Amino acid sequence: MAEQNHEQSGFFDKPENIRKMLRVFYVICALLVIVDLVVNRHIYHDWENIPAFYAIYGFVGCVVLVLIATEMRKFLMRKEDYYDE
Amino acid sequence: MNNLILLPPFLPLLFGALAALFLRGWLRNTVMLIVPIIGALNIYGLDTGVFWSLEFMGYTLEPVKVDKLSLMFGYLFHIASFIAIVYAIHIKDTLQHVAALAYAASAVGAVFAGDLLTLFVFWELLALTSVFLIWARRTDKAYASGLRYLIIQVLSGVMLLAGLLIYAQVNNSLLFTEIGLEHQGIAQIGAWLIFLAFGIKCAFPFFHNWLTDAYPEATPTGTIFLASFTTKVAVYAFARGYPGTELLVWIGVTMACFPIFFAVIENDLRRVLAYSLINQIGFMIVGIGIGTAVALNGAVAHAFNDVIFKGLLMMTMGAVLHMTGKINGSELGGLYKSMPKTTILCIVGAASISAFPLFSGFVSKSMIMSAAVAEGYDVVWLLLLFAAAGVFHHAGIKIPYFAFFAHDSGIRTTEPPRNMLIAMTLAAVACVVIGSFPAQTVYALLPWEASYQPYDLTHVLTQLQLLFFSALAFVWLNQRNMYPPELPSTNLDADWFYRKLAPNVIKRVASAVNHSYQRAELAVVMSIKHIIQRSYDADKDEPRGYFARFWLTDTMVVWVAILLVAYLLLYYI
Repeated sequence: MAEQNHEQSGFFDKPENIRKMLRVFYVICALLVIVDLVVNRHIYHDWENIPAFYAIYGFVGCVVLVLIATEMRKFLMRKEDYYDE
Repeated sequence: MNNLILLPPFLPLLFGALAALFLRGWLRNTVMLIVPIIGALNIYGLDTGVFWSLEFMGYTLEPVKVDKLSLMFGYLFHIASFIAIVYAIHIKDTLQHVAALAYAASAVGAVFAGDLLTLFVFWELLALTSVFLIWARRTDKAYASGLRYLIIQVLSGVMLLAGLLIYAQVNNSLLFTEIGLEHQGIAQIGAWLIFLAFGIKCAFPFFHNWLTDAYPEATPTGTIFLASFTTKVAVYAFARGYPGTELLVWIGVTMACFPIFFAVIENDLRRVLAYSLINQIGFMIVGIGIGTAVALNGAVAHAFNDVIFKGLLMMTMGAVLHMTGKINGSELGGLYKSMPKTTILCIVGAASISAFPLFSGFVSKSMIMSAAVAEGYDVVWLLLLFAAAGVFHHAGIKIPYFAFFAHDSGIRTTEPPRNMLIAMTLAAVACVVIGSFPAQTVYALLPWEASYQPYDLTHVLTQLQLLFFSALAFVWLNQRNMYPPELPSTNLDADWFYRKLAPNVIKRVASAVNHSYQRAELAVVMSIKHIIQRSYDADKDEPRGYFARFWLTDTMVVWVAILLVAYLLLYYI
């Protein structure tokens, strides 16, 4: 019976579970930035002096990646059987 | 160990291939599982140095030569083949078992080859044995894809042969030592031919589509072998032949960056992993190009880890394909409900490839990144950082998310067969053990002398920031519906040139030639008909020609007269 309940609605089917997980995730992100401001990390490259450099770079890098990739679809995407014709 | 009879390293696996051919049932399974273990113990017993040498046409050959670099890859290939054999042991297809073991034996043979001729032999064997793992899918698509794969691989072999012949002529030696690209005259051509031969097998940009084309068409189990050997043999060959070649830094950084764009929009999840395989090889190639001890160690350590975590990811996707018959992101989703164990194993692989602290990718990728920044390759370092974030995005998040979570596809299945689960668990445990205890595992095998400490506050903190904020970007884009959805599609890549453009050009040229030939033929026929028609007057029902109006004897008399005149003239001249 419990198995069946589990089958009907998985953990990730409930929006409140996802909301909770995301909240934990946001807190970790915030903590990582705060730690960055507190501790004194090694600097190997000038850009690393920027506070939370890696966080900014990771976020911006991925957004740019996805936006460019989406644009690429406009001229690279063909039908699934493109090469079979 | 000296009292044992030691074998050339490739022999145990080759024996396994023969056993797979002739034995059946549990006996075959047992032999197949034991041979990689015997093989690993065998190379453990080998002393460094030349194991076997002989003279051939005035050249010294060293078919088996043992040093720390070849030993590291030797161990790796035995671990990889053991895991892959466990993963594939349930299938009954003799062809696949024989091909897989012979392929693994070729890879081991290649990394212990002390001379270029032996390397060439194993180089070609790699191609010839592995193609059967693609054809074993037994679909038209796999057949065509396998043919393209074989043509490109054999091309690489031919270039290696041409290069090594020049090399042997110039240097009067066939021994495989550092080659480099700085030569004069004909030797330069030889060095470049070998470089390109390695480059094709390494999936250099524009030569990379054999990999993204063929690996996703292979059988679910065959892909695990494919992803483990061919490209890693090429990485090994670069590490031995071209360390510190600066060109490799730039090629490597290109390889690390461009595939991640394709991976984001690719629908076939095994093809996503094929693109991410190129991206990871890019990191290794950068390390070899930098050429310092830390960078080279980082490159081979990353090759070691990549075989295991990429194998793990490929195995989880193979399990999905095996159980559901589907592999496109657009058709999957919600599988965590029916395949929870596979889901967790996939997440371990994802964490490893993304280089989370305590997982294997972290301890090797950070070596290459540190070396890049230490040697002043600032742009390269920034691009590698971008590539590292991108890896997490497509391999770390996209693969598990679209297969196991996302919207529920409604597919209900079960966990894969137990042997598949065991193989995946072995790989997952290896990822965590290597990531947590690098000094006792992968670092103990490193060929070059250099000390490196991956776990300090700076590395851990900055890496976590990079990864968590990459994930944040995914969450943010997804919530704004800006993340590109998985769509059934084909994305054009460099293979368009030989799969579409070249055939179309050839078709056009051929049809133009054919067309003009037909027109010429028609014109000739028409003009002959015209001549025939002009020679006969249909109205008067008689020929138009002057001689045609006479009897044949009359004509003959005229010709005889002409001949006699000609004879007379010739007599006087």
